[in-house]
Amino acid sequence: MRNLKIILAFLISFSFSSLAIAGDWSKIRIGTEGAYEPWNFTDASGNLVGAELDLARDLCDRMNAECTFVQQDWDGIIPALVNGKYDVIMAGMSVTDERKKTISFSKAYMTEPARFFTLNNSPLSTFSSAKNLNLDDDGSATSGTISALNNAMKGMNVGVTVATIHEDFANKYLDSNVKVYPTQDEMNLDLAAGRIDAMLCDVGTAEAFMETSGGSNVVTFGPNVFGGLLGEGVGAGIRQGDADLKAMFDKAIADAAADGTISKISMQWFGKDLAP
Amino acid sequence: MRFELMYESFFKIIQGIPLTLQVVIIATILGFILAILVALMRISGRGILSIPAYYFVYLIRGTPLLLQLYFVYYGLGQFSFIRESFLWPILREPYWCGIITLTISTGAYSSEIIRGGIMSVSKGYLEASNALGMSKFMTFMKVTLPITFRQALPAYGNELILMVKASSLISIITLMEITGIARTIISKTYAPVEIFLVAGSIYLFINFLIVMSVNFAENRLGVKNI
Repeated sequence: MRNLKIILAFLISFSFSSLAIAGDWSKIRIGTEGAYEPWNFTDASGNLVGAELDLARDLCDRMNAECTFVQQDWDGIIPALVNGKYDVIMAGMSVTDERKKTISFSKAYMTEPARFFTLNNSPLSTFSSAKNLNLDDDGSATSGTISALNNAMKGMNVGVTVATIHEDFANKYLDSNVKVYPTQDEMNLDLAAGRIDAMLCDVGTAEAFMETSGGSNVVTFGPNVFGGLLGEGVGAGIRQGDADLKAMFDKAIADAAADGTISKISMQWFGKDLAP
Repeated sequence: MRFELMYESFFKIIQGIPLTLQVVIIATILGFILAILVALMRISGRGILSIPAYYFVYLIRGTPLLLQLYFVYYGLGQFSFIRESFLWPILREPYWCGIITLTISTGAYSSEIIRGGIMSVSKGYLEASNALGMSKFMTFMKVTLPITFRQALPAYGNELILMVKASSLISIITLMEITGIARTIISKTYAPVEIFLVAGSIYLFINFLIVMSVNFAENRLGVKNI
């Protein structure tokens, strides 16, 4: 009986703690993956670092909110937001129509194209194509570039990470053997080991790998891919009911873009300006 | 609860059953042979055999299966001398990495089960077969092994169930078995409760069949009458 009381007390305090948070955004919990360098990753001593961590702290200052970070595996990152484990996702997540069915997004805070990567001894490393592939443009140049890419990689092993815009792209446009990885780190290892012939991911995260000794023989090929099902850039994921929080983020992001903070953070982590 | 989603995903998830069963069956057979070898080495009484066997079992039982899987799949692939060796065509494939890891794991655990079974064979049987003029090899094949299997069966049935469940880990090395397909569906539908209920029921059903088969074998072999 006493145990029952303790359990009840726990349950009640839990339900009140979640009630207290709703509508009061002086404290914001931000969920991130911690395995997508340089967007968000875990350093050697186990701390979460990266461009999005720096940006989140800046945005929280602008919103006069106290922010805490919660680490969550990528494949459960949207369910955990919906279930209230945290209030915002900042995890290199592209704003797409598919995801908008479940959650809403702030305006994009950074934009970056996707590219293909392979090893320097692969025949794919000499593949040449147009510089850009804009999926919003449905002219013949677009379909020509897609079919050239598809012919070059037909039957090859192409890696993507699970539940990403890159997985959607590979499933829709490529007749390759698509290998789906839980995280970018694991896909990097398999590209270096030669288990996959190519990988498709954001440019920044692959460049971070190419700077390490394990990724020194990784090269990029093919066009910059963007638009269409690749979405409108990277934004903060927010529950659909929290329109007030979305408005706060939209304003803070607009201010941070206007005063050059986003460009500064981007230059620091990516070596180039990804500000929207 | 989205029952329609559960119904649709059921037909996708069952496509992972053949891969799960293949990996479990091949690893169980290979692991069983490994287990007998290791158990015999352990009880051989010769240090050159029993000490390596002891440390093999100690090492495999003492480390998590997940880490072993990472080590075999991602770890070994890091070394260029392995990538250039004759082993690479096998270690390149996640399928074989999964089977190798599960084989080693079940081999270590089962060897202890079998060792326990062998040691439980009473001295009287061995003296009796010696008195009948049976050779040591014949005694082992005709007397020790059958009694060992009967003794070890309940514990071994447990190991089979653990193997089916352990096979869910191979989804992390890109193999699309039951759990792998379930996780992919979850990452698209954001409905973990529904999908994991479906996947869990499939595991439950497979293990139900194993429990029934082990019970049947126990009755046939008269395990309960020992």
